[in-house]
Amino acid sequence: MSQSEWPLWEVFIRSKQGLDHKHVGSLHAADAAMAIQNARDVYTRRMEGVSIWVVESRHIHASNPDDAAAFFDPANDKVYRHPTFYQVPDSIKHM
Amino acid sequence: METAELTQEELFQQRIDADQRIEPKDWMPDAYRKTLIRQISQHAHSEIVGMLPEGNWITRAPSLKRKSILLAKVQDEAGHGLYLYSAAETLGASRDQMLADLHAGKAKYSSIFNYPTLSWADIGCVGWLVDGAAILNQVPLCRTSFGPYARAMVRVCKEESFHQRQGFEIMQTLCEGAPEQKAMAQEALNRWWWPTLMMFGPKDDESPNTARSMQWRIKRFTNDELRQKFVDMMVPQAEFLGLTVPDLALQWNETKQGYDFGEVNWEEFWQVVNGNGLCNHDRLQARVDAWEEGAWVREAALAHAEKRRQRQEPIHKSGPTRKAELPQD
Ligand SMILES: [Fe+2]
Ligand SMILES: [Fe+2]
Repeated sequence: MSQSEWPLWEVFIRSKQGLDHKHVGSLHAADAAMAIQNARDVYTRRMEGVSIWVVESRHIHASNPDDAAAFFDPANDKVYRHPTFYQVPDSIKHM
Repeated sequence: METAELTQEELFQQRIDADQRIEPKDWMPDAYRKTLIRQISQHAHSEIVGMLPEGNWITRAPSLKRKSILLAKVQDEAGHGLYLYSAAETLGASRDQMLADLHAGKAKYSSIFNYPTLSWADIGCVGWLVDGAAILNQVPLCRTSFGPYARAMVRVCKEESFHQRQGFEIMQTLCEGAPEQKAMAQEALNRWWWPTLMMFGPKDDESPNTARSMQWRIKRFTNDELRQKFVDMMVPQAEFLGLTVPDLALQWNETKQGYDFGEVNWEEFWQVVNGNGLCNHDRLQARVDAWEEGAWVREAALAHAEKRRQRQEPIHKSGPTRKAELPQD
């Protein structure tokens, strides 16, 4: 049995021109070239993509779910950031 | 505050009850994590071992069309295994450890794959019945409470329905063919029917973990509920094919609007689960051989990657994923 696992990569796929790359899953590969090759075989067998990004999982930094409340709450009471907060007179068009 | 009184476990259950998905970094009870790692890795092993009985027929498929279809299906199953291993890894399980457990005989996989595929009609039955049963199991799992598992299942389910259809088509072709072909289809159904019913697992009253898995919304239907659905779904399809389901007790029950059916041979079920099925030994040996014979490839690939890293060779000299191009992308 091999001593070291191939590193883990996160896979992002652009499903068609004009759309963002979207996270679809992960896989193991020895290097980036192999990760892209494997991602092609694992995640785009039915034309699900036109472009692939791979990022080694250890390079991804994430916010902490335990802090989610404190971290995202400040946006909660700022309704004035949304257009629906404002009253527009009925006679005003195109706004 | 009212919520301050609740334990982490109660808060977790509240989120489950509100049908919120749990993501890998969220707090979860240890038993939830363990149950999921076991279930997802068993599921992954089933996809991978499940390639063996069908792979057996790739070289002997009766036409180029059937060979291409079977290859595509088997390749899908490899993909399913990979989606699922990845989902289990988000819970902290290591891929190598999961494989080591499989190879050591410590981990389970679906018992159905310990039955042999003796004739071409068996490939029809595997697609039609086995993938049919898998679909019934998997569709509710698309809404299972753990996010990565649910997302993997959405992907799997999208790919599964062609599997069942190609199996049904094989059966239909045989049933519309020569009497010998039809007999072959019937003979295969006779052997696969009962083992397929076993795929849904032990009866509800002998499935101690079901209640908790339902409470955590990992499972959404009990084993017996799914088995009943399966019988109700498949009997009319067998009738369409002109085949006889090998169960003398099978009878339409007007009151429950479903079929009554005979008792599964649970003794056989437990024998196969515990390693004494017809092919348990061969299947495991095939996996172990593949792993060991591939060891030099895994090592060589790592060594090659390391060498390239030291030479600082870019992966794609003019490829679309060159780092410098990402920001403008
Ligand atoms: Fe599958
Ligand atoms: Fe399948």
